[in-house]
Amino acid sequence: MVKLKDFFCKFYVAIIMLFLYAPIMVLIVSSFNSSKSRVLWGGFTLEWYQQMLNSSIVIGALRNTVVLAVGSAFFATIIGLLASIGIDAMRKKEFSIVMSITNIPMLNADIVTGIAMMLLIFRFMPLGFSSIMLAHITFNIPYVILNILPRFNQMDISTYEAARDLGAGPVTSFFKVVLPDIIPGIVAGFFMAMTMSMDDFVITYFTKGAGVNTLSTMIYGQIKKGIQPTMYALSTMIFAVTILLLITINLITLPKKSGKNKPR
Amino acid sequence: MKKKITMIICLTLTICIAALCGCSNSANDQKTITVINYGMYIDPAILDQFTEETGIVVLYEEASTPEELYSKYSSGAIHYDAVCSSEYIIMKMMADQSLQPIDFTQFEHIDNISDDVWSFCATFDEGNQYALPYFWGTVGLLYNKNMVSTPPTSWDVLFSGEYAGNIIMQNSMRDSFMIALKYLGYSCNTTNPEELAQARDLLINQKPDVQSYLVDEARDEMVAENAAIAVIYSGDGMLGCTYNEDLAYVVPEDGSNLWVDCWGVTAECVDTESVYTFLDYLCCREDIAKQNFEYVYYPTPNTAVLNSLDEELRNDEAVLPKLDSLDNCEVYQLMDDDTTAMMDEYWKQIKAE
Amino acid sequence: MKRKYIALPYLIWMTAFIVLPLVFVAYYAFTTKAGGFTLSNVFAIFDSLHIKATILSLGLSLSCTVLCLLVAFPLALVLRRIHLNHKGLIIIILILPMWMNSILRILALQMILSKNGILNMILEWLHLAPVEIINTPAAIILGMVYDYLPYMILPIYNSVMDIDQDLIDASSDLGARFGYRLRHVILPLSKPGIISGITMVFIPCLTSFVIPDILGGGKIQLLGNVIEQEFITSMNWNLGAGLSFALLIFVIIGLIFTQKHETKYKESRVW
Repeated sequence: MVKLKDFFCKFYVAIIMLFLYAPIMVLIVSSFNSSKSRVLWGGFTLEWYQQMLNSSIVIGALRNTVVLAVGSAFFATIIGLLASIGIDAMRKKEFSIVMSITNIPMLNADIVTGIAMMLLIFRFMPLGFSSIMLAHITFNIPYVILNILPRFNQMDISTYEAARDLGAGPVTSFFKVVLPDIIPGIVAGFFMAMTMSMDDFVITYFTKGAGVNTLSTMIYGQIKKGIQPTMYALSTMIFAVTILLLITINLITLPKKSGKNKPR
Repeated sequence: MKKKITMIICLTLTICIAALCGCSNSANDQKTITVINYGMYIDPAILDQFTEETGIVVLYEEASTPEELYSKYSSGAIHYDAVCSSEYIIMKMMADQSLQPIDFTQFEHIDNISDDVWSFCATFDEGNQYALPYFWGTVGLLYNKNMVSTPPTSWDVLFSGEYAGNIIMQNSMRDSFMIALKYLGYSCNTTNPEELAQARDLLINQKPDVQSYLVDEARDEMVAENAAIAVIYSGDGMLGCTYNEDLAYVVPEDGSNLWVDCWGVTAECVDTESVYTFLDYLCCREDIAKQNFEYVYYPTPNTAVLNSLDEELRNDEAVLPKLDSLDNCEVYQLMDDDTTAMMDEYWKQIKAE
Repeated sequence: MKRKYIALPYLIWMTAFIVLPLVFVAYYAFTTKAGGFTLSNVFAIFDSLHIKATILSLGLSLSCTVLCLLVAFPLALVLRRIHLNHKGLIIIILILPMWMNSILRILALQMILSKNGILNMILEWLHLAPVEIINTPAAIILGMVYDYLPYMILPIYNSVMDIDQDLIDASSDLGARFGYRLRHVILPLSKPGIISGITMVFIPCLTSFVIPDILGGGKIQLLGNVIEQEFITSMNWNLGAGLSFALLIFVIIGLIFTQKHETKYKESRVW
């Protein structure tokens, strides 16, 4: 009975994984398709991989995407962490005002956030790479805060007070006592910000300057005329590299077996 | 856990630094021009070749529809030096005075542009001052020979209901109205509210029969045989025929739209010399224009390119229609604001149905 | 120095990049093209055309949210049950699809669902009737579920994993059956995750326009498409801003209702 139940559980997980990964499989297969039309199979080829590596436009877009993702996540995490420390200490009224405003970028239609940002930024500086960076940092901060703030709540404040009582300064006690507790939130926030930045199209589209492309805007430009197979090749590469990275990290830092089913 | 986090942080920092190193390639003394064009409407290799030959860097922006292109331009967020768009957008920009006259005498290879196309452009750009033709073509039907009973010769097939659920229409306001108006026997440039209302009703009635409203994606759908008939621009229609031999392209006898995409130089452009060099290089020079033609596959106005093509291709009227055989076809005219607003409203009603 | 002043850099940033742009949008929303004050742009959402799109958007987003919830909550329980000692790995597996460009993934989904697509090929091979789902609202819902499912799974998974096993054991020792445990122990304890999940799925669904465009074949007009068209095609920024402002007000009112009883930190972390 238990075995049957276990089987159903695993089956359910497998079905959902299939749902999530089937389109990605299609992308991977398409990247080896020698026909330029995405709906025909013309035989196996590696040509698109070669073309992709030789195309300065594709590589440039990839570089922009990565720098934006990592850079905006990095700055958003720093600003968001500082913000969380401060917001946590606020009284209820201030807290709810600040949090309502923080939520606005997540509640507003992307297209409106994008246009509003464009209207603001181009008054003060020419649109370019840095304007996208500013916009990405802005829409990333709320996600960082939402990941870090609950950690403060779960944390036991008395350990911090104990550290202070024992003579540690506020900064030392923060780094020694508080930070280890909230680090999972910081990491999660960082990665979530990175994901959001990589996935964004609408806000990037409006805030980008001439000739600056990310993968999303480049792909959008191709939707109507037919996606270039090099895009599939690039996605497959990104997928492969991420998987390899994750496997390596997981192999190096194999978790110690903890018998009990408690996540932390 | 701690180890893992340190690992992750180290890794991301490395990526960050590597990426930033790769990023620092700003040379400020270079001449740059900013242009906007439709997506995939140029062989991207040409841009690199141009920079290599002349040292001028082209910042290239893309838009997917004429309207999107115009709003990108007119939002003012980016200063463009040259735009390439459909003739009715170019007309609108001429009317707004956002274009400056082009001094074609500075173009080395301007003689390559065919006189026919020049005179055709003159219908909206008197004296050929503002617009340099890039590619031209028609709007027609792409159909699957195995899925239609008789080869269509009229827009009628879209409205008769015979191919219900197997029709792909254009997701573009002007083109959809053009088809309905032509089918009803009116001009596609009509400003008569009654005629427009009739066209709207026709399109609303047709909507249940339509499989989807697409732009150039229609080509791939036809290649995959997901539909029997699609409204399509000639170049994409031809490309579709090369992928799937069962497909054929036809311009209906009731008449259609003849369009030409042109380059214009914006009024705020200062470095006209670089822009002229670029346009001359792209549109007029034989080898480059040919390279571009082979990539884009739309009828080119460049006679030198046409003459260099092999006989069979040159005489293929589907690839390169003869301008004089398209008597029923009209060029779009600039619409007044009231008509535009009315058409916008009607189009919204059709889409909301 | 008071601790709350550490948030100062953020407060400055927030004012400059969230509040100020919002003022710009509000300016467009409440003025005519000529520059005069008007409320017509905001109230335009009650036009018959727009109300139709709004109702359709609400319907589709609601279905998508419910479907996501129905899939995600059992999944979270199952994942807890088969307790892989690898919480990080599960999260990574769920996030990884999001690292592929979403437009490409939706296009791939379209290739799967289309009339002569991969799904119908498989069905034909199995001698089953083909499904004609592409260009219908069902395809849009499926696409939205596909795109936003991870945003529902992750917060629910996090809060389900945080439930103390002792609590569940205790309730079952006291004779609570599965259904009762689910209703009175697990569900209340995972409520914060469910609420974050719902907001993270429902709101982006309301305004998405790329998914309906690709999977709806341009036949189905959602509010997101209307707003996009006002901004991009019709060049009527005032109306576009007005409609989205009205939408924003609806969303905020909705949130106030759902969060009326919530106290300070009830919302669970997202990941």
